Amino acid sequence: MKCSEFLQELTSYLDGVLDEKTKAELENHLSWCHNCYVVCDTTKKTIEIYRDSQLYELPEDLRSRLRSAIMTKCQQYKKRGPQSV
Amino acid sequence: MGAIQNKVIGPVSDELALVQAAKRGDDSAFEELVRRYDRNVFRIAQHITQNREDAEDVVQEAFLKAYGNLSKFQEQSKFYTWLVRIAVNEALMKLRRRKPERTVSLDEDIKTEDDSLPREIADWSPNPEQQYTQAELREILSKTIQGLPPGFRTVFVLRDVEGLSTEETAAALELSVPAVKSRLLRARLQLRERLGRYFQRRDAENGRELKGGDVKNNDVASGDGDL
Repeated sequence: MKCSEFLQELTSYLDGVLDEKTKAELENHLSWCHNCYVVCDTTKKTIEIYRDSQLYELPEDLRSRLRSAIMTKCQQYKKRGPQSV
Repeated sequence: MGAIQNKVIGPVSDELALVQAAKRGDDSAFEELVRRYDRNVFRIAQHITQNREDAEDVVQEAFLKAYGNLSKFQEQSKFYTWLVRIAVNEALMKLRRRKPERTVSLDEDIKTEDDSLPREIADWSPNPEQQYTQAELREILSKTIQGLPPGFRTVFVLRDVEGLSTEETAAALELSVPAVKSRLLRARLQLRERLGRYFQRRDAENGRELKGGDVKNNDVASGDGDL
């Protein structure tokens, strides 16, 4: 497997959706190609850091305000139809 | 090195029951759906618009639109995927309004050359995120993802942050599955490269600075016609 082929399969590998044969070829490549190992490892870390980052969490007070605004507008919609919102 | 673990998005077993109750006019059921997904919608909206007020508006407008169109929801897909589709469209509209000089669409910047292919291959420190405070880290992550074209960051957020499947992401964005896959690869690689500026090993002894190695291969860019 060439590095370019490895890169094309990287996303499927990280998502765990590769067939066993391709996965084995890829892991064999990773065992000797330091560059691809680093790219794979740091890409995985990138995803995990974003996933665990709690970036743009909705604060509870804002959340309550938004929810009550949404429900109020929904009631208006129900009573008067789409023109009211 | 194994696969990343998939994030589970709340129980979906009773989602359909809530949707059906809401369709019959039970507003408390709809409110439960709001409670279930408001944080996800807010996150997606803020990732796309990069603006908090816009994100708040998108949350309201998306749920209101979902409420008004509930009878049209066919129940063949998950409610959440349908809601995300509405929210993404609302968020893109906000972005267009804010940046009228640029055409903002999910097809934007898909002709980028090999800018996402690894150039900088230096390894990162172990637990690189621990070098920074929570606030600094959030700033880094926010700034880094803002640099991505909207079409790339939207795919990344839906797949990797919100945990939608490739098929769900494709449905929510009205893109083909191969288009989602290629954008996801590019988004992941571009983010990785940009984060490397902050997370690289400081110790040159340990970090083998291997620049422009054989990973960079134009076959990847040229072989992917729809990028």
